[in-house]
Amino acid sequence: MSPDRKSHLKRLEDESIHIIREVASEFRNPVMLYSIGKDSSVMLHLAAKAFYPAPPPFPLMHVDTTWKFREMIRFRDETAKRLGFNLIVHTNQDGLAQNINPFDHGSSYYTNVMKTDALKQALTKYGFDAAFGGARRDEEKSRAKERIFSFRTANHGWDPKKQRPELWNIYNTRVAPGESIRVFPISNWTELDIWQYIMLEDIPIVPLYYAAMRPVVERGGQLIMVDDERLPLEPGEVPQERLVRFRTLGCYPLTAAIESDAATLPEIVREMLVARTSERSGRLIDHDEAGSMEKKKREGYF
Amino acid sequence: MSEAAENLSAQDLIAYLAQQENKTLLRFLTCGSVDDGKSTLIGRLLYDTKLLFDDQLATLERDSKKHGTVGEDIDFALLVDGLEAEREQGITIDVAYRFFTTDKRKFIVADTPGHEQYTRNMATGASTADLAILLVDARKGILTQTRRHAFIASLLGIRHVVVAVNKIDLVDYSQDIFEKIRDDFAEFARNFGFKQIVAIPLSARFGDNVIARSERTPWYKGPTLLDHLETVEVEDEQLAKPFRMAVQWVNRPNLDFRGFSGTIASGTVRPGDRIVVAASGRTSTVARIVTADGDLDVAGAGDAVTLTLADEIDISRGDLLVAATDQPEVADQFAAHVIWMHEDHLLPGRPYLVKIGTRTVTAQVTEIKHKIDVNTLDHLAAKELGLNEVAVCNFSLSQPVGFDAYTANRETGAFIIIDRLSNATVGAGMIMFGLRRATNIHLQALDVNKAARANLKGQKPVILWFTGLSGAGKSTIANIVEKYLLAQGRHTYMLDGDNVRHGLNRDLGFTEADRVENIRRVAEVSKLMIDAGLIVLVSFISPFRAERRMARELVEEGEFIEVFCDTPLAIAESRDPKGLYKKARAGQIKNFTGIDSPYEPPENPEIRLESGTKSVELLAEEVIALLRSRGVIV
Repeated sequence: MSPDRKSHLKRLEDESIHIIREVASEFRNPVMLYSIGKDSSVMLHLAAKAFYPAPPPFPLMHVDTTWKFREMIRFRDETAKRLGFNLIVHTNQDGLAQNINPFDHGSSYYTNVMKTDALKQALTKYGFDAAFGGARRDEEKSRAKERIFSFRTANHGWDPKKQRPELWNIYNTRVAPGESIRVFPISNWTELDIWQYIMLEDIPIVPLYYAAMRPVVERGGQLIMVDDERLPLEPGEVPQERLVRFRTLGCYPLTAAIESDAATLPEIVREMLVARTSERSGRLIDHDEAGSMEKKKREGYF
Repeated sequence: MSEAAENLSAQDLIAYLAQQENKTLLRFLTCGSVDDGKSTLIGRLLYDTKLLFDDQLATLERDSKKHGTVGEDIDFALLVDGLEAEREQGITIDVAYRFFTTDKRKFIVADTPGHEQYTRNMATGASTADLAILLVDARKGILTQTRRHAFIASLLGIRHVVVAVNKIDLVDYSQDIFEKIRDDFAEFARNFGFKQIVAIPLSARFGDNVIARSERTPWYKGPTLLDHLETVEVEDEQLAKPFRMAVQWVNRPNLDFRGFSGTIASGTVRPGDRIVVAASGRTSTVARIVTADGDLDVAGAGDAVTLTLADEIDISRGDLLVAATDQPEVADQFAAHVIWMHEDHLLPGRPYLVKIGTRTVTAQVTEIKHKIDVNTLDHLAAKELGLNEVAVCNFSLSQPVGFDAYTANRETGAFIIIDRLSNATVGAGMIMFGLRRATNIHLQALDVNKAARANLKGQKPVILWFTGLSGAGKSTIANIVEKYLLAQGRHTYMLDGDNVRHGLNRDLGFTEADRVENIRRVAEVSKLMIDAGLIVLVSFISPFRAERRMARELVEEGEFIEVFCDTPLAIAESRDPKGLYKKARAGQIKNFTGIDSPYEPPENPEIRLESGTKSVELLAEEVIALLRSRGVIV
């Protein structure tokens, strides 16, 4: 590649690699959070590139709510093995013992216990002082205002009014014992960038992103996949086989599918280019209340 | 974009996507005063480039009814004011980054607030931007805030500026109002180092000249805002600069491989190039440029790479690798512009951490040279620095670091300041030049140079450049100042028409070209005298800004003190000590400044003397006080 007229994807890749290297160099005990989604897959790929020919000098961690799609778990284990990452899987055992689930406890409380609390437990348990996340600023309004190096108190809280100014590509990585930093190396990528990069670099992704016949039920206008027998069917509800795929992946009862016949990457990108709804509209937790993401982040959510 | 993609065949789609992959990226920031319509403009760009999805539009319509300020219309500002507190108060309190894309370019927008207390946010947004859009409310014209934003943009090294004259609909699409704002801006921004200033009349609310050319401004022939953003050449100047790369990470997977990973800050590098480790001076040759996509023949500014070298030399994180043929300054002391970003004041003498490139060292401010009033650009004396204040400071570091002047290289001239206790980022710095003191071990103690000569005289060499109309009192005041300095045991010299025009410059007349040459010679002589360690008093009309700037640039920052003897023409003419005005009025002298030749008053003199009204003794004391505050005399 000629050094002049760099494409936007190359510039984004270089910026992300710079960020990832900065964290590996300056933190005592960093970890990369792996959500198994497409953004995470891109982040992992960038981490592998950043340290080539050495392997990435930090482990991967997946916070498992036990409500992930089965295909995601399979893909997670294969990917960690393929890239040579040390994989840590953490589940909130207290929440599990109390059988906290999205149906009986509501998506908000469930998310709080099985994701936010679980994440905080894991960070504390392993003493991680920096955690990479695959969030992007174009996803949601409060994310647009978050720094790439997002400082968290010893209680893992985020204070949007006390963010550190972030200038040039010089990142302040200093934290006191107990405090930590969440780092978002793909902050400046958009959904379209992610897909174009996946195509360009041939990055494996969970097959759920591709259209296939899958059993779903329709609830409140959203298509919910019946991934296992734990999904309580409402009276009269019968799972139907529909040609669907997912634009975003989370816990299966909280992530809606879309009807689609896009079974290849170019078809997915085309579908996205003509799409009229944003990807997070398939995320049920964002709709709970206005400013809900900001609230969750203050409490320690990614 | 969406319609285009919809009608493509699979083959065409792949070609279309390939083209999309090769788009370039433009980073810009928007700034303006409260209510200038920044957020509305960004919302408009997102809306008109069809980057809004149905569910976001539905949310926007719902929010517009609840919080909106534009009646039944969609309030685009609500799109970008992300935090709850902002939506409630209708203001933007933090930098937000937005993204949109067209078929030609991808854009990253830093939306920065206009409130005074948030100067730091604007500096933050500007630090990564290639271009700044300064919003001006057509009804209000250029305000203090506009000047402040332009100054900060210039301080942060932004070279391309768009003056978006917004709300043009509210002034009946007036060409006169637009042109006045355009010209006012060009006038005051003249010395800001902007490479290009483009003014565009627009209405963010109604979309005039944002994307589509407006029929209501037929007199406007320039580009629409989006046209300009899509086509502006932000040629990567970093590539043309000398090679620099700060080492982030030493890559050592096994005993056979030792690579140095980092992002190239400037220039290009090829295998075989000689490089130097800036601080240690050790040299080697680049063996390979390693990336996960294979070795490269050449890599350039912005590329994240791993270099291997031909020799085993000691290199660790924080080292700056540089071209052997063009090396940066290495010093443990430098002068820098500082923007303070924290409620706790900057205090000289307090130890802070400075992170420059990938190296973090302890540092202290040894002296605040002066604060800069961001509204008037006046220089003010200061003992400490508060939130959002800007100053020129001298720094002393615990160890030497390699750097370039920020104006020469944005990547290697920038640093952040971190509080050692709270770990907060408390300031941002832009290096001006290194300071070499007699104590600096890199200098041989016996070198006879400017510092040694000045030390011997126990003084700091400066030029006091008195400018003003004939009869403004320049020589009279300069004489009093020189007498005072002499009495203090200082070594001085005075250059004026009497001793220069009769000898050195006797071949020169009073045409414009001769006057320029006259000042050039005076400036060069002054520079030699500075080198000799003298305090030089120059008393010349020196009517043109360009020559005074040339004189200023000949010497180091801080060595040139422009003293503007500001006497109105009528008063100077009534004094007419040598009867020259009378002759000029009678047509006996041609090209006489103030009569038939212009005088360009200084825009930012170090000191302005009201020499039309105050007594010369009082004015001389003002000059002496300034010398004291700058540490020239005790």
